Amino acid sequence: MTTTIGDRPSRMPVTSTFTDAHLPRLIEVWLLLAAAAVSGAALLLVGFNPAVWAVATAALYVIAIGVSSRLVENGRKAKDRVARALVTIAFLLAIIPLVSTLWTVLVKGIGQLSWNFISKVGQATFNPATLEVTRTAGALQAIVGTFEITGIATLISVPIGLLAAIYLVEYALTTSHLRRVVTFLVDVMTGIPSIVAGLFAFSLFTLIVGPKAFSGLSASIALSVLMIPIVVRSSEEMLRLVPTDLREAAYALGVTKSLTIIKVVLRTAIPGIVTGIVLAVARVVGETAPVFIAASFTDNFNADPLNGPQQTLAVLAYTGYKFPGKDIAASNQEAWGSALLLVIIVILFTIIARVVARIFAPKSR
Amino acid sequence: MSKRIEVHDLNVYYGDFLALEDVSLQIEPRSVTAFIGPSGCGKSTLLRTLNRMHEVVPGAHVEGEVLIGGNDLYAPGVDPVLVRRQVGMVFQRPNPFPTMSIRENVLAGVKLNNRKISKADSDDLVESSLKGANLWSEVQDRLHKPGASLSGGQQQRLCIARAIAVSPEVVLMDEPCSALDPISTLAIEDLIEELKQEYTIVIVTHNMQQASRVSDKTAFFNIAGAGKPGKLIEYDDTDTIFSRPSVQATEDYVSGKFG
Ligand SMILES: Nc1ncnc2c1ncn2[C@@H]1O[C@H](COP(=O)(O)OP(=O)(O)O)[C@@H](O)[C@H]1O
Ligand SMILES: [Mg+2]
Repeated sequence: MTTTIGDRPSRMPVTSTFTDAHLPRLIEVWLLLAAAAVSGAALLLVGFNPAVWAVATAALYVIAIGVSSRLVENGRKAKDRVARALVTIAFLLAIIPLVSTLWTVLVKGIGQLSWNFISKVGQATFNPATLEVTRTAGALQAIVGTFEITGIATLISVPIGLLAAIYLVEYALTTSHLRRVVTFLVDVMTGIPSIVAGLFAFSLFTLIVGPKAFSGLSASIALSVLMIPIVVRSSEEMLRLVPTDLREAAYALGVTKSLTIIKVVLRTAIPGIVTGIVLAVARVVGETAPVFIAASFTDNFNADPLNGPQQTLAVLAYTGYKFPGKDIAASNQEAWGSALLLVIIVILFTIIARVVARIFAPKSR
Repeated sequence: MSKRIEVHDLNVYYGDFLALEDVSLQIEPRSVTAFIGPSGCGKSTLLRTLNRMHEVVPGAHVEGEVLIGGNDLYAPGVDPVLVRRQVGMVFQRPNPFPTMSIRENVLAGVKLNNRKISKADSDDLVESSLKGANLWSEVQDRLHKPGASLSGGQQQRLCIARAIAVSPEVVLMDEPCSALDPISTLAIEDLIEELKQEYTIVIVTHNMQQASRVSDKTAFFNIAGAGKPGKLIEYDDTDTIFSRPSVQATEDYVSGKFG
């Protein structure tokens, strides 16, 4: 046989010092199927139960992959495979609640979603001909209330939180007492239970306005108590990520400190700051207890955040279940519908934040 | 557009720590002066006192005088912002603004200060600064690409263009080539040679050949030990420093016996 130059010698079963015995590539799939089949068959004898089946399959699979790898491969690879299996199982366990919640909300709420539900205020109509009271479901008052209360809370929290972060990162010396006090207070604020924030806002407004001082603004104050520490924390982290190099580059051009902060530091950190703000909004938009305490709840349309109770989607979801109207099933439906709306709004926020962050992100090509 | 720098009896402190002791030297306009010496001897510190950049570090302060064009940088009432508009700086690592295009980076000194500039003027400024930094031909057809899309050496020349776009009197460079490959280093050395026609240039370098290639005068700094202040050991024409220095430590350092 002639060999031309450049021909590679045919692959011979040479024992390379770099290779070692290994299990076939799809062994994981096969073992998983086998584990499922074996545990399923065993369970059929004693009575089938999907949860037990999943647990038994997982346990069997971990043992099988560990033992077979130990026998064919070596100890290090066996540990690797077992660890990988355990991590995957942990991941699946972790997303079960998430997927299950989303699924439940979607299934139960989807029937309620309609243009009427979004654009109308829920109300009861009396038909004089049949003497029937029919309730039409509507969440408009809750949608408006959600946007107003969360919007005002954001307008309050973002300037305060961002300025505090700028103070901490750009101005405060490491030895400054004020800095330590601010950091400590932010830590404490992070731990405030939301119900306490609601009580704080409610009693504040009771002191100022008098009894029954329910208002959307009061709820916004409660929410901003929860939002400010999140905004401070996330903005602080983002500002610290801006390299000192960039600040010095601006100073070296004779740019003042304030302009450097606005046009270089903030401009560079803005994608992260926006992401942090949206996470903070997403965190408070679903708050129920503080809003319930501070703004109470109502079926009436009230777009004035300064006077009278306001409704939010989260509170509607709660009251629809806890204090249903005459038609209990309809109220519950309304609750599921508003829960789904809330989830959709949060997802929309997150997508918008992604887009904004992408637009402002530093580009390299 | 270039000024003489005079340093008289300068002590530089970081808090209580005396980093640099009793430095006096004169730097002529339109010349290149190199600062050499082992790490930690205070080269960067001295360089940064020449545009009051060292005081970005809390607690940093100086005793003594630094005169640029006869004006004391440390006289009461001096605004560091105004000092830095006349004394530009190029850093060790190229640091173009990541959110800006090449063009915007060159115009940064104007735009960040909120100064108005017409389109025609800014076009001229971009072109002349990039030409001044020997970068124009490489980037003229992609001025709107991000600064970060350039190679390291190009980024460093972009930073030089950015520094000279504000027409400073003095350009300070702190190890401008230490993060660059040999070809880019040569490009920057050529550039320094040209820039000295117009500017007073002070460059910190760890590279002896570079110091001997680009500089007219060389200052050798040394430090007695960790925690001790750095001192100016010898300051003379570059030729003298490299061929017949008057201090033994200088000779040991330039011939590679330590450092
Ligand atoms: N930001 C700072 N804070 C405190 N000490 C510093 C700081 N920067 C430099 N120093 C100290 O000043 C001395 C001189 O440092 P530097 O000027 O960076 O030296 P070189 O540039 O010659 O390597 C060193 O002892 C260093 O530890
Ligand atoms: Mg240095």
